Amino acid sequence: MATQATAHQTKWWSGGKSPFNLEYGKLMMWYFLMSDAFTFGAFLISYGTIRFSQNFWPDPNVVFNAFPGAGHANLPLAFVSVMTFILIISSVTMVLAVHAGHKGDKQGVIKWLAWTIVGGIAFLGCQAWEWHHLITGEHAVLVDGKIEMWGQNMRHNPWGPIAEGITHNGHHVRTPGPVAFGGYFFGITGFHGFHVFSGVVINIIMLIMTQKNVFQNRGHYLMIEKAGLYWHFVDLVWVFVFLCFYLI
Amino acid sequence: MQHPAFEEVTYHHHADDATFKKKVRKTTILLSVITIIELAIGLMIYNIHKGENPNELLILMFKGAVCILTLAKAYYIVSIFMHLGDEIRNMIMTIVVPLLLFIWFIAAFLWDGNSYKNLRNKYDPHFKEKTMPAKHNKADDKTHEVKPAEKSGKE
Repeated sequence: MATQATAHQTKWWSGGKSPFNLEYGKLMMWYFLMSDAFTFGAFLISYGTIRFSQNFWPDPNVVFNAFPGAGHANLPLAFVSVMTFILIISSVTMVLAVHAGHKGDKQGVIKWLAWTIVGGIAFLGCQAWEWHHLITGEHAVLVDGKIEMWGQNMRHNPWGPIAEGITHNGHHVRTPGPVAFGGYFFGITGFHGFHVFSGVVINIIMLIMTQKNVFQNRGHYLMIEKAGLYWHFVDLVWVFVFLCFYLI
Repeated sequence: MQHPAFEEVTYHHHADDATFKKKVRKTTILLSVITIIELAIGLMIYNIHKGENPNELLILMFKGAVCILTLAKAYYIVSIFMHLGDEIRNMIMTIVVPLLLFIWFIAAFLWDGNSYKNLRNKYDPHFKEKTMPAKHNKADDKTHEVKPAEKSGKE
């Protein structure tokens, strides 16, 4: 409890007030996110190291060119841009939820938090479709002089260099690509997807607590701010995953 | 708002609704526009790759441009959406300064991967023969018959 004396102190570091002018939990959320950034950074850099150690790496525009309901149409970058916009928009609705919390506007918090949750679930749905498509879609690959049908998984990579002069059912045939591609793609997007999932769970808990007037009775909506920081971080990581796996 | 939970917090920055809305709208548009530019560059890279003789330098420059745009996006998300830009300077520094490690981290490890590739190409001809892609002289749209295993022209 701050006394009258501490309230009048002018030195930041002499106790009684936060030198960073931040509430404890929020500051710790920042430090957690910083450590999480290093975890993601380590994953992405290790992916970069392996990629730089290979003579050939699949072109993302060739690998990620499918769109739900579009059959075999070649639509590079289309679906992942939808996913990116979903995440950006859900980040915006989270900003609005936090702002409503600042004003103690319970209905506003509920409304924007619900939209954020919808966005998160939509993103997870997109990711599930994409994984399913990559794992089950079969591609002709020339292995030891024979054509095999491979999906993209942790053991196989069907996106190697094109085998010159060979076609199969009118499509060109590729040779096996670097195996590490699948492990890194599923590992990193999966770890990010896990963050999205836990973010959605946290947001649902926040929504229930708001509905039950927990924050109203507490007098502040600081928890929404912390959940918001986590959610924005998930969006932030996606920006880099998008860069490393889909754009370059 | 004076409340026990805020006792350690000395002051608050409260933007009025109009300023706040304007800021959020501006940032949203900015992020969307940057993303669209990134996608356009991505498609450009795709088309250069498809072409006869891909200009490696041009592709590298486009990729660098996308990296810079991504950093810009990250800056706006952290500074505006996460309100880090509104915090006091000391606090910002405790987050940003450790992240500077990434500069070394990225440079060192990519360098290492590249060096491993060069060493293997030099001392392990089998690796080189197996993984080096053939020169880009695709004859994509010409029809070929399905031939039984034929050694493709790999170098």
